[in-house]
Amino acid sequence: MIFRLRFNNSSRIAPGSFFILLDLVFIQFPSIASVITVHPQKENNSIHRALEQSVNGDTIMLSPGIYREGNITIDKGICLMGVPGAILDGEMKYEILSISGQHVVVYGLEFRNSGRSGMNDIAAVRCIDASDIMISHNKILNAHFGIHVSNSRHVRIEQNLVEGIPAEEQNTGNGIHLWKSDTAFIWNNEILGHRDGIYFEFVTSSLIQDNISHDNIRYGLHFMFSHHNTYLCNEFRNNGAGVAVMYSNNVSMEQNLFLHNWGPSAYGLLLKDISDSRISNNSFINNTTGIHFEGTNRIQVFHNIFAGNGWAARVQASCSENIFTKNSFTANTFDVGTNGTMTLNLFKNNYWDKYEGYDIDKNGIGDIPYHPVSLYSMIVENDPNCMILLRSILISFLDKAEKAIPSITPENLSDSAPLMKAPAQ
Amino acid sequence: MKKLISYIFMDMLKSRIIIAYALFLLMVSLVLFSLDDNPGKSLLSILNIAIIVVPLVSMIFSTIHYYNSYEFLELLLAQPMSRSAILWCEFAALCAALTLAILTGLGIPSLLYFPGTESLWMIVSISLLSLSCAAIALLISIRTRDKARGIGISLLVWFYFSLIFDGLILLILFSFSDYPLEKFTLALIALNPIDLSRVTIMLQLDISALMGYTGALLKSFFGTAYGLAATTFVLILWILVPFSLALKSFRKKDM
Amino acid sequence: MISIDALSKKFGRVPAVRSVSLELQQAQLLSLIGPNGSGKTTLIKCILGLVVPTSGTILFRGQNIQKDTHYRSFLGYMPQMGRFPDHMKVRQLFELMRDLRKKNKSETDTEIFESFRISDFENKGLGELSGGMRQKVSAALAFLFHPDLLILDEPTAGLDPISSEILKAKILKEHQNGKLIIITSHILSDIEDITTHVAYMQEGEMLHYSSVQELHNISGENSLSRAISFLMTRHQKN
Repeated sequence: MIFRLRFNNSSRIAPGSFFILLDLVFIQFPSIASVITVHPQKENNSIHRALEQSVNGDTIMLSPGIYREGNITIDKGICLMGVPGAILDGEMKYEILSISGQHVVVYGLEFRNSGRSGMNDIAAVRCIDASDIMISHNKILNAHFGIHVSNSRHVRIEQNLVEGIPAEEQNTGNGIHLWKSDTAFIWNNEILGHRDGIYFEFVTSSLIQDNISHDNIRYGLHFMFSHHNTYLCNEFRNNGAGVAVMYSNNVSMEQNLFLHNWGPSAYGLLLKDISDSRISNNSFINNTTGIHFEGTNRIQVFHNIFAGNGWAARVQASCSENIFTKNSFTANTFDVGTNGTMTLNLFKNNYWDKYEGYDIDKNGIGDIPYHPVSLYSMIVENDPNCMILLRSILISFLDKAEKAIPSITPENLSDSAPLMKAPAQ
Repeated sequence: MKKLISYIFMDMLKSRIIIAYALFLLMVSLVLFSLDDNPGKSLLSILNIAIIVVPLVSMIFSTIHYYNSYEFLELLLAQPMSRSAILWCEFAALCAALTLAILTGLGIPSLLYFPGTESLWMIVSISLLSLSCAAIALLISIRTRDKARGIGISLLVWFYFSLIFDGLILLILFSFSDYPLEKFTLALIALNPIDLSRVTIMLQLDISALMGYTGALLKSFFGTAYGLAATTFVLILWILVPFSLALKSFRKKDM
Repeated sequence: MISIDALSKKFGRVPAVRSVSLELQQAQLLSLIGPNGSGKTTLIKCILGLVVPTSGTILFRGQNIQKDTHYRSFLGYMPQMGRFPDHMKVRQLFELMRDLRKKNKSETDTEIFESFRISDFENKGLGELSGGMRQKVSAALAFLFHPDLLILDEPTAGLDPISSEILKAKILKEHQNGKLIIITSHILSDIEDITTHVAYMQEGEMLHYSSVQELHNISGENSLSRAISFLMTRHQKN
């Protein structure tokens, strides 16, 4: 009964059609389900024992207290849930919960102190060869990997807090890690202190929404070989190297906030070998590099805000047919950086706060083109040591002179119709 | 001594150049702070202007003041006072006047709009730069008898440190870009007080991350308190060394 | 009181003073005479310590003046053109000087200060003063601390006749008090009746040094100016 109530609560946010399917799967059982309660202090009363007794559709309810039962494996369609204060402790040795099979719910539990190993990816919660899984409202503290999903479908991970204690990059696992899975939905989690906040490798047709991933050692979000995914309305802040999307296509990145990913080699968003994707309505604020484009093709970049970044966008010469429109560039040290005389990408109708042109016909579009690549950014691209001259008088003069008589910066790389005012977001 | 310093100092204040300078800095910082919602960005814009104006005014003011008080120095020298004591007084008064101008012009508005270590370091660093320029200007004017020539040389030195030096760095970095020049770049920066003070301020601002964008050495240098301590120390040397050279010249100078 | 021994000064390669030796005792009033550029001012500045000699020594009461600045406490100096910080008030200047010497007002000689009526303009800035007024201030400063040695560089230039007479009277009085006084002047009539010794310099060399009496004897002239022109012509012939 409790189970169904909660489930109804959460269904209001299920956006995709496959989640409705997931709902139906669960609703089949309540009539025959029973609830088994476990207390940590009572004799002959353990989660292992409850699991042995349970059948598909049952709920195991954990009372408050600390459970130290080593590894717990769920391989049938049950719901494991906890009253607040129910804590599963891995004693720094065990993988706390392993899930396989179908129709499993893990709800309201606190996991702490998973084992760790350099050889195996030990996780607090692992799903392997599973489908129709929901992991919700849990706290996962001081785990090696937080939630590790492999070879699974229809996994729904929501409203969890995954908080690691960061060590060196190689000794810390990822917060939410998905490998070779599809149709996952990751919603409204908070992940911090791990290597990568959220990691996707060979994952398709999945949605990442409303998560906050911050203060992770490497990337807030890391995509590898994962096609046809969407991430929406997430916040990535203060991660060691920002967000990386690599070797993927058809990725949609919308309405995310990339904030203060600030460090010598940090990016708001690092794109490497990405094609046919869209980046829209995101905000890139105070990152060393807002977006770094490398080997990207046919990406639509529109309606984004780039503010206070070192470089708003660095577009390597290996990129082509990317389109930048209706973006707003303000207070960036460099608007666009490039390492070649790139003309294969299109900039049009963006707002640039450094634009000094005029609009005689008052149509809101500047009458002379804007060149977003400054001379100094070319110099730095050529020899990074020159960064030491940042904000020196010489550099201000050189940039002004180059603007008046362009000679070194790529002439064709320009916004032919810059906006006079920032577009409404 | 104290009385002499305060007399020279009051004399400088009454010349109104220092007051105009302080008001100019004050106006610029107030305008820049009120233009931008982000005080960190305003601080950078203020830095851009201060790094031009402060060395220029410090050098020219110190030079002109030295030449204008030449006869007064002569009078003092006929008193039972050692030459070094007299030059110390002159320099101390210069330091007090220039620092006061920076404190009012830059200090008050930045601490008002953007209280924090960033503002504090900017004021400290710009003040040190200003004193260094004053010491260099004293050295130039003591070694140059003719006023017009002295002012000319001061201007040239300012121009050299502000522009030509950075141009040379750029040239060197470009000519030898195949070699590992990280350490060399840092050493070069130490040879120019204006660059040093700019770098010291940047170390305090977020923007320092950009400077360490590539290269482990720059990153470790710019990311640590050590870098800050090193640049500040060298900046102080840039006050002490020119001033002690000035003292040495002044002791032997024929008035 | 002062002994100058083989003093030479070169500015770069140009010699300004060539091996000058001179012994001066107290109660002398020496007129240092010579054409422009003869090295008078350089010699004075060497004594004051404003110019560092190339070679030679200057002893003040047996002490080398280059080693100790204390001798300047016994020294009063009136420069050719007194210039002071423009914004300082006259009163402040006197206060400052008393301060530097650590002397009370009562310990100072204010005779010139009073007879030149400097208190009438003591609240004016020094920059507002006329040349003559500045000379008055310079003169008052020179006598202020009862110096044993007075060095006056063109003291009467720019002063009105009355002030000039006041100054002369004061010089004479101090001379009679046993002070050593060194004066350079172009206007020979100004010093004619008070000077006891004459030194003549030309091109950095001291060509003549004697008492006035001796000079009169050598030249056979009774007036100082004629005696001097005798010296000048004699050396031009050589």
